[in-house]
Amino acid sequence: MAAATRSRATRKFANGLFVAACTVCTGLALIFLVAILVSLVVKGIGGVNLAVFTMSTPAPGSPGGLANAIVGSLMLCACAMVIAVVVGVLAGTWLAEYAAESPYGKLVRFTNDVLLSAPSILIGLFIYQLAVRPLHGFSGFAGALALALLAAPVVTRTTEDVLRLQSRQLRESGVALGAPLWTTIRKIMWRAAGGGIITGGLLAFARISGETAPLLFTSLNNQFFSLDMTKPMANLPTIIFNYALSAYDDWQRLAWVGALLITLAVLGANIVVRALSAEKKRS
Amino acid sequence: MADMTAGSLKRAAPVGARFDPIFRILCLSAATMLLAAISGVLVSLLIGGWPAFSKFGLKFFTSTVWNPVTEDYGGAGPIVGTLITATLALLIALPLAFGVAVYLTEFCPRALRRPIGTAVELLAGVPSIVYGMWGLFVLAPLFAKYVELPLMAAAPPGSVWETLFSGVPNGSGLLMASVILAIMILPYIAATMRELFLTVPVKLRESAYGVGCTSLEVVWSVTLPHVRKSAIGAVMLGLGRALGETMAVTFVIGNSHGFPTGLFDGGSTIASTIANEFAEATSDMHTSALLALGFVLFLITFAVLAIARTLLGQRDHA
Repeated sequence: MAAATRSRATRKFANGLFVAACTVCTGLALIFLVAILVSLVVKGIGGVNLAVFTMSTPAPGSPGGLANAIVGSLMLCACAMVIAVVVGVLAGTWLAEYAAESPYGKLVRFTNDVLLSAPSILIGLFIYQLAVRPLHGFSGFAGALALALLAAPVVTRTTEDVLRLQSRQLRESGVALGAPLWTTIRKIMWRAAGGGIITGGLLAFARISGETAPLLFTSLNNQFFSLDMTKPMANLPTIIFNYALSAYDDWQRLAWVGALLITLAVLGANIVVRALSAEKKRS
Repeated sequence: MADMTAGSLKRAAPVGARFDPIFRILCLSAATMLLAAISGVLVSLLIGGWPAFSKFGLKFFTSTVWNPVTEDYGGAGPIVGTLITATLALLIALPLAFGVAVYLTEFCPRALRRPIGTAVELLAGVPSIVYGMWGLFVLAPLFAKYVELPLMAAAPPGSVWETLFSGVPNGSGLLMASVILAIMILPYIAATMRELFLTVPVKLRESAYGVGCTSLEVVWSVTLPHVRKSAIGAVMLGLGRALGETMAVTFVIGNSHGFPTGLFDGGSTIASTIANEFAEATSDMHTSALLALGFVLFLITFAVLAIARTLLGQRDHA
């Protein structure tokens, strides 16, 4: 209404300002990303050498690497992903195939959506109360459990979404052959949705591999190389946190190397996801 | 002939049919596990925090004393810090995210749309701890020099601005934490908004352009009203993220208890307090007070996220 009374020149001017402002916003967002990546590379790349991958975390002033943390992080993430994929795929299947519109299905879906963005530190506290306190000790297993709880909602959500995208005929074809429902789901539905489920897994991996907060009081940390999941376990995020805030130059350098490695892993997983989904759209 | 028909009517159950209910129950229990997890978080935090709640009562929410030595815990500092940083972050991130979403849907050249969209989403993928390090070691010195000092110098003495811009201009503090949080939630809000804008029917927008509207007018009077409810949901989702964000904040907020007096003052949020102190909690009451803070954070974020999800609708847009 006000627009009708304004002159054409004012409207064009306002629009020009608007376009410029939106462009500047996008530019700023891109600058942030570039600035973060550049400082990671500048500060991290100098510290990357063979020792990083072969030696364990050092005492300040002595040579060392991140081997124990890298292996620890990989083990924690692998364990977490196994749990998360099993729970997530089954739960997603239930939501898509069995409980589409039932009240309980809606409740679980809502819960899952909330869990998706719940503060990770609270998940850590929960696992502490559940698995650390009663057992009197921090353990790699507790850390993996906390990460699994963060990853499972992502897998659930993507599994449900891709299963729902499959055509009804596909489902009917299985039933028409006389196959029981669970065979239809396993042999037809999961196979058809396979790519999407893998995408969900990768997204979940990207989500948990940089998570620090829930590990601080579940897996804790370990200065030494250890493969024992029942003991405190070294992991990259906690090491980065401790070393970055330390007063020692060489520890800080290692922290930047760790940050670079984690970011590369996370962004790599994200880019693979995009490549996968782009390929699917094309075919 | 008749025999065969009769025989096929009494067909045996398909092979493996008896596993059907087992599989169903398996799926059901996996789904129930998710429900149990969130109830578990709530219950375990309440049980763990109960000693602190019952000992300090309402004082837990109003007192700013946080003293592990005298065993006196009041959560007002972290609670207020959480609310202030999250709100400020939202105020900074919202216009930026809106601009990015509009640029990507309206003005961006087709060839650049995908790369820029991906880049913005990658910003969301950068781990929180990396934001924290970058904020502390790269952004904070610049922030102190080019934002905090000039603002302190420009604030007229005796005005409300002087109080707001008080504190130590060393780059860490409430405002710095809000800025880092804003950068972190920007991509989430932008991505959700962009998806919402794409749900506006093309015909509707084209008809507006057809009667001679400028882009600004199309966005303001066609696109936004169309997605109004869901857009608020997207914003709330970003707020939920900001409230619970831990590592990035822990790096840059300065970690001092008590009530912040100015924007450049060190402060703390619930999440940063827990991250800093939980593993080294000195006594059972200390642990309990931290769990009680966690319970408060859970209630706040749960409320925000629940509203966000309701506004976004179940699945139609997001």
